[in-house]
Amino acid sequence: MTEMALSTARRIDFASDEAQAHVRARYRAEARFKMYGLVAIGLTALFLVIVLTDIVIKGLPTFTQHSALLDVTISNADVDAKSPLDGDYQAVVRNTLRARFPNVESRTERRALDGIVSSGAADRVRDMVMSDPSLIGKTVPVKLLLSDDADLYYKDGTRIEQSPAKGAATVSGVTGDVTIQSSVADFAGRLKVVKSGLFARAQNLRTEAERQRNFARALEARKAEIERTLATATPAVRQELATITADMESMTQRADDATKRAGELQARFDAAASEETLDETVPSVLVRINGGLVKVTTMTDTQASGTVILPLTSAGSAPAGGWQVVTYVVPEANRRVNDREVSWLEALRAQGAITSDFNWAFFTSGDSREPELAGIRGALVGSALTLFVTLILCLPIGVAAAIYLEEFAPKNWLTEIIEVNINNLAAVPSIVFGLLGLAMFLNFFDLPRSAPLVGGLVLALLVLPTIIIASRAALRAVPPSIKEAALGVGASQQQAVFHHVLPPAMPGIMTGTIIGMAHALGETAPLLMIGMVAFIVEVPTGITDAATALPVQIYLWSDLPEIAFQAKTAAAIMVLLVFLFVMNGSAIYLRRQFERRW
Amino acid sequence: MVYLYLAGLFVLVAVGYLFGRARAKAAADTEALHSRPPYHGAFVGLSIIAPMLLLLVIGLPIADRMIVNQALQTFDPTVMSDDLRRGVALRDITALATGKYTGEPTLALRQAADTYASLRAWTYNLILAGGLVVGLLGAAFGFRSLSASFRARNHVERAVKILLLAAASVAVLTTIGIVFSVLFETVRFFERVSPFEFLFGLQWSPQTAIRADQAGSSGAFGIVPLVTGTLLITGIAILIAGPIGLFAAIYMAEYATPRFRAFAKPILEILAGIPTVVLGFFAALTLAPIIRETGESMGLNVASESALAAGIVMGMMIIPFVSSLSDDVINAVPQSLRDGSYAMGATRSETVKKVILPAAFSGIVSAMMLAISRAVGETMIVVMAAGLAGNLTFNPLAAVTTFTVQIKTILVGDQEFDSAKTLAAFALGFVLFFFTLTLNIIAMQIVKRYREQYD
Amino acid sequence: MNSMVQVKQSDAEGAAPGLGVKPKVIARDVNVFYGDKHALKGVNLDVPARAVTALIGPSGCGKSTFLRCINRMNDTIPICRVTGKIEIDERDIYDPTLDVVQLRARVGMVFQKPNPFPKSIYENVAYGPRIHGFAKTKAELDEIVAGSLRKAGLFEEVKDRLQESGTGLSGGQQQRLCIARAIAVNPEVILMDEPCSALDPIATAKIEELMDELRENFTIIIVTHSMQQAARVSERTAFFHLGYLVEEGRTEEMFTKPKDQRTQDYITGRFG
Repeated sequence: MTEMALSTARRIDFASDEAQAHVRARYRAEARFKMYGLVAIGLTALFLVIVLTDIVIKGLPTFTQHSALLDVTISNADVDAKSPLDGDYQAVVRNTLRARFPNVESRTERRALDGIVSSGAADRVRDMVMSDPSLIGKTVPVKLLLSDDADLYYKDGTRIEQSPAKGAATVSGVTGDVTIQSSVADFAGRLKVVKSGLFARAQNLRTEAERQRNFARALEARKAEIERTLATATPAVRQELATITADMESMTQRADDATKRAGELQARFDAAASEETLDETVPSVLVRINGGLVKVTTMTDTQASGTVILPLTSAGSAPAGGWQVVTYVVPEANRRVNDREVSWLEALRAQGAITSDFNWAFFTSGDSREPELAGIRGALVGSALTLFVTLILCLPIGVAAAIYLEEFAPKNWLTEIIEVNINNLAAVPSIVFGLLGLAMFLNFFDLPRSAPLVGGLVLALLVLPTIIIASRAALRAVPPSIKEAALGVGASQQQAVFHHVLPPAMPGIMTGTIIGMAHALGETAPLLMIGMVAFIVEVPTGITDAATALPVQIYLWSDLPEIAFQAKTAAAIMVLLVFLFVMNGSAIYLRRQFERRW
Repeated sequence: MVYLYLAGLFVLVAVGYLFGRARAKAAADTEALHSRPPYHGAFVGLSIIAPMLLLLVIGLPIADRMIVNQALQTFDPTVMSDDLRRGVALRDITALATGKYTGEPTLALRQAADTYASLRAWTYNLILAGGLVVGLLGAAFGFRSLSASFRARNHVERAVKILLLAAASVAVLTTIGIVFSVLFETVRFFERVSPFEFLFGLQWSPQTAIRADQAGSSGAFGIVPLVTGTLLITGIAILIAGPIGLFAAIYMAEYATPRFRAFAKPILEILAGIPTVVLGFFAALTLAPIIRETGESMGLNVASESALAAGIVMGMMIIPFVSSLSDDVINAVPQSLRDGSYAMGATRSETVKKVILPAAFSGIVSAMMLAISRAVGETMIVVMAAGLAGNLTFNPLAAVTTFTVQIKTILVGDQEFDSAKTLAAFALGFVLFFFTLTLNIIAMQIVKRYREQYD
Repeated sequence: MNSMVQVKQSDAEGAAPGLGVKPKVIARDVNVFYGDKHALKGVNLDVPARAVTALIGPSGCGKSTFLRCINRMNDTIPICRVTGKIEIDERDIYDPTLDVVQLRARVGMVFQKPNPFPKSIYENVAYGPRIHGFAKTKAELDEIVAGSLRKAGLFEEVKDRLQESGTGLSGGQQQRLCIARAIAVNPEVILMDEPCSALDPIATAKIEELMDELRENFTIIIVTHSMQQAARVSERTAFFHLGYLVEEGRTEEMFTKPKDQRTQDYITGRFG
């Protein structure tokens, strides 16, 4: 009992201030720690929301498409009634547009005008004529598909501001370069906006100049250091010195240029009432007068000169309130359609010719170089064929392997190897399966490139471990007592397994299979390796046709420079995600529906 | 031909099955059967399938090879040694034989095509006839074996078991296939570029080695920049996914109410289910420009394909991976340890920090290793958001390239047959495969030991 | 120490502990629900200070549940609900203003299965003092660790390997380590939930011996399924059955003159 005498530990008085403070500190640490966890989950959720929103915002516009409903005259000159297939339908469409805007004369302008309609519009006219040859020689209303830039213009729009003029105006002509003189300072507001834009640009230039000087100063130190030790410097260091010197020079030069340009802009800003020239970096100013439209190039408070875009009906004077100053807020340089095209598009809109429809073509056509014609049908069919091959290969093999490993495999080295193998295969990078496909299936077995057959083979091997693991778990969940009962009444091992263990495990196996298929549907890298990246317009019809798959299509489109393709990519992603959600959702439903507790 | 063969096979098997079953039924009238009639039918069917399939699988490739060789011999014996010319000649011959050839064929080509066509018809007919014979022989054998006491079920079950084993072996065959696919080409690559230079070279620019004669001497096959690039992006990813995934797992396992879990778990599952090509799109077209603009507004020089953008998104990709693996190991820590700690008056966070995390340490390490292996092998995010040039840098704002990007870049599109550049991609695949495999095996070993500790 | 194997005579005589002086722990009308299941029904019990009280009864009778109420370990089970009142030194422990962390520092617990942390022996014992900020210096901590190990009768066996893992000890040593861990924060009450059920008879004897020593400084409440153990170590015994506290009193009386028929049946082995 001597140990008891050593009882030294005191009881802490929890009421003491010190103890209370200690406990409070502990609870603060507790709250902090808990918050870290919440923040971690919050960040994950935030990221998911940002990704999905970003894609939906980018992709949604793709699901509508704008067309111009115009009266198309299918003249005998362009389309010969004897061979309607060979008709020049492009000309039919071109003529339709020119009839609308008769004043467009120069070649470049005409080409620009043709460009607002998609090259696919002519195909539509041809299809109409082919199905009803009596149309030749007639004028019929046709929805002409707009080009991607025009379509994008209607979707994003450029903000247009209109203000009725307060003074009376006189115009110097009806076409060409004209001058508009207002009796009051109708252009003063616009001029002020333009000038303040100049000021902002001057500010930016000054910041840029400062940045360049900072860069140069940062190099200065290194340069000085090198120069101090120049005698012992290695050639590499000398080389570095030369580079630094050159860099510093160019930076200083750039800084000086920027300062100079800033000074010029500042001077223009300071002269508040002076005449100002508008360029493509400032919002476009136009004047709507006498039924026409004038694009302003220079202006003062009361006077504006510019080019006629839509011809005026008369050169006379316009009363106060009878004409407007129009501003396209987005500068021309930041738009994909210039002022003239905007004026055409606005004119078409004003005439009620523009319609917006659901973009069915996105789902019914194959790939195309023209964004407005490109669709995902080919990719969808390619994915479906690929998944079909994957499914018919890996479902039977996977289930058979799972049954073997779970029910029949003896405990020996071979089984051990197979088990380790399956676990490791599940973690092999997918691109390595692509290498396998390339080396084995394409180069060794000479199977066709870019074919869903090979894609399906590779993906089957890729998802096989998933299906085996899921099927084994489903088989293991069936209690052994059931099998024992079957064995007890004289069934063979195989009869017991196939009649009594497999059926109740089926929902679990199907769940695992669907999840595996969803995984395969989203897989991209191995398909790139076996050549399913080719640009393929035709929709594949068999498993040996050249094809692409939905995720690969996404990858291909994301690489293209056209902005409209970005939207297409996002839209294709939305379709892919919908498929994945449906598949995973049905897997979860299946699990809930058939989950059985033994 | 194959379809015809298979159709014949199907008919024979169906007939064999029906006859076998009928015979067993007839025998059952007089004597008790050992196996039920369908097994007898199945036995006959199997006796037909086995030899016929064997003949097809062995016979067809041999026949094809023979036909091709004979045709090429007729055409021009010298093409046999040159893979490229051989391929071209073969394509022409088959095109001509199937009537798809465009242009005017040469005499030699026409003769070769004739040989090809006639030989093909002859051998295929031979295989068909042979198949019929062995099928009938098999049927006869199966029939003769049948009797009331015949153990048809045992034989059928043995065959089924062999089939099941074969299915299970597919996984092993896949691994062997992968190893051989990358190994052969890698060995050929090392015949041209020394392994030392490959592993320790500081420069990677396979594009300069287009001409075969400069391949070895160009010295552009050093993977060090790829290693550093891969490490940089993986490092950023783990820096993000490690803490976030771990803290998310801790919260889910130790703090979350069932209702919160029902809301948070789907978030992680949805994130895990998003294809990487989608994340790559987000990284390349949304995040990278934002990072670039932010960086430039702060006066930093940011590459448009910065490692940071790819790394961040890759980190987000592996968060669900890290958190679900960590969740598993945290849940494997026995409740008794938690109880012991709570009973001492520890708060939850003290219990997590001082008892659960130390207890789960090895498991968490293995989870991180698996996450690293996943990040290293990830392809689409880096293909879309990382650079192509092998810059030797650890600056997260610079563009770097990775193993997977290079494999994809080299092998997608037109490849030169047999060039050092193409082979290099397989060598990269070899390194990638063995690196991830080693990491996985070690991690799984740790997890296994960890689980045994608490079972 | 042959007293270990019989009913404790010395304490049984004289004033019954806890009846003359104020009880350490008072439970009044304690009910526990696990979801819909009513696990403990209206339990009233007084536990005397510096004595061993044994809770006995067939498995599933609620004795462990009651024990876990005393240091509010039931709080860690989300579906568990406790009503009624439990006081320690006349302070209601279910009072919302009472801090459960401090409560558990005053009420230690030893579990059925030894659960040393996967850390060194030293760290296991130092865990409590560390989190509660008991020791200011390393020397103080060393002293507490050594003292606790001594009190748990383990010091001599492990003094040369304090830095080795606690999980490497034998079962009995592990359980004594857990006791050392519990007493390192010098609690007033120690709860023991069948502490010997996973141990062999020799290790069990050691733990019982230890309890006999600990009673001088601590109030001990022990759940046991072994009536012999209850008889050997406890002054007072409470018999639980189907969630009810059937009978409680001096151990000697319980085992010799049970008032309730059910107690009689249980003690004589009719059920259990």
